[in-house]
Amino acid sequence: MNKVYNNRAWFLILPMLLLVAFSAIIPLMTVVNYSVQDVFDANTRFFTGTEWFEVMLNDSALQAALLRQFAFSFTILAIEVPLGIGIALLMPKRGWQASAVLILITLPLLIPWNVVGSIWQLFTRGDIGLMGVGIRELGYPYNITRNASDAWATIILMDVWHWTPLIALLCYSGLRSIPDAYYQAARIDRASKWAVFRYIQLPKLTNVLVIGVLLRFMHSFMIYAEPFVLTGGGPGSSTTFLSQSLTTMAIGQQDLGPSAAFSLIYFLIILLVCWVFYTAIMNSQKDDTSQGGA
Amino acid sequence: MDWMVWTLPTAVFFAVIAAILLGMTAWELVSPTVERRGFLPIATTRGDRLFIGLLSAAYLHLVVVGFTELSIWFALGASILWLLVLMRWG
Repeated sequence: MNKVYNNRAWFLILPMLLLVAFSAIIPLMTVVNYSVQDVFDANTRFFTGTEWFEVMLNDSALQAALLRQFAFSFTILAIEVPLGIGIALLMPKRGWQASAVLILITLPLLIPWNVVGSIWQLFTRGDIGLMGVGIRELGYPYNITRNASDAWATIILMDVWHWTPLIALLCYSGLRSIPDAYYQAARIDRASKWAVFRYIQLPKLTNVLVIGVLLRFMHSFMIYAEPFVLTGGGPGSSTTFLSQSLTTMAIGQQDLGPSAAFSLIYFLIILLVCWVFYTAIMNSQKDDTSQGGA
Repeated sequence: MDWMVWTLPTAVFFAVIAAILLGMTAWELVSPTVERRGFLPIATTRGDRLFIGLLSAAYLHLVVVGFTELSIWFALGASILWLLVLMRWG
């Protein structure tokens, strides 16, 4: 078969490319420039080469923050993805109940990050917060400012509360787009509920799940406002994630060179993980279709 | 452009990246890429292999700079070799 390629359509993305150049590429190039220098002002700057990268890579506080960050991101993904799928499966399919549930589920998504932090800060307070007082009444000395595991559990709970709806909504739309014929065929085959889920619903959800997992990973890997408001990174540094370390360094201490080097490392990690996720999921799908076609 | 605090090494770096992208575009126009399977576990196009090569080069540089005493030129040389191997047989 002789396919005719016409690549002129690429010109249509030129405006977008210009926009991205100004909002992302040029700033990123500036960050690269900063990362190899010690910049004091427009006229006073010294070339430092790879020194900042060396310092940042061997900084034990940053290494600890990186490990915490991975632990956090993978924990919330492991909870939010199955939970989101489950909620989507349970949501009513039509009628006013569907609209009502959709609105209820979407509510947490509409709340700004720092407000979510404040809500949970009040909610978990030991003296006036519903959850804080409630857990203490049950006999557990719950305290997110003293106990690191309490702080961790609360941050994860907060993220699950805030972002599981996104996964649920994506899955819900994915489920609605499955043609009825699939379910009819399954009924004829007397497929069990599990078989319907495993061989019809889950494969059809792959695309939305790719988007969901990627979005949630990137979001959670860059999480800033919520833990900052809720725990301020404490107790100690037990909930200090990467973006907070970076902000402290760049804004608090004005160490632009080291924080530029650090943001590039940060960027490379996000790039690698997203690429691996994307490639792995897209390839597993490709194998499925080639088997199906054969 | 003063606010971007350019240095010669970073300018060369971005110029090379831009040249590679232009070169890849020209190459694609002359002979379009075919997705194929090399020693990598996945089928890749020419652009995929370039991306993998550049990304692994970035990580190699970080490892060399951060955790070894080796010169950064060693990392650069190894990356170029790796990129060529990847483009040809990957």
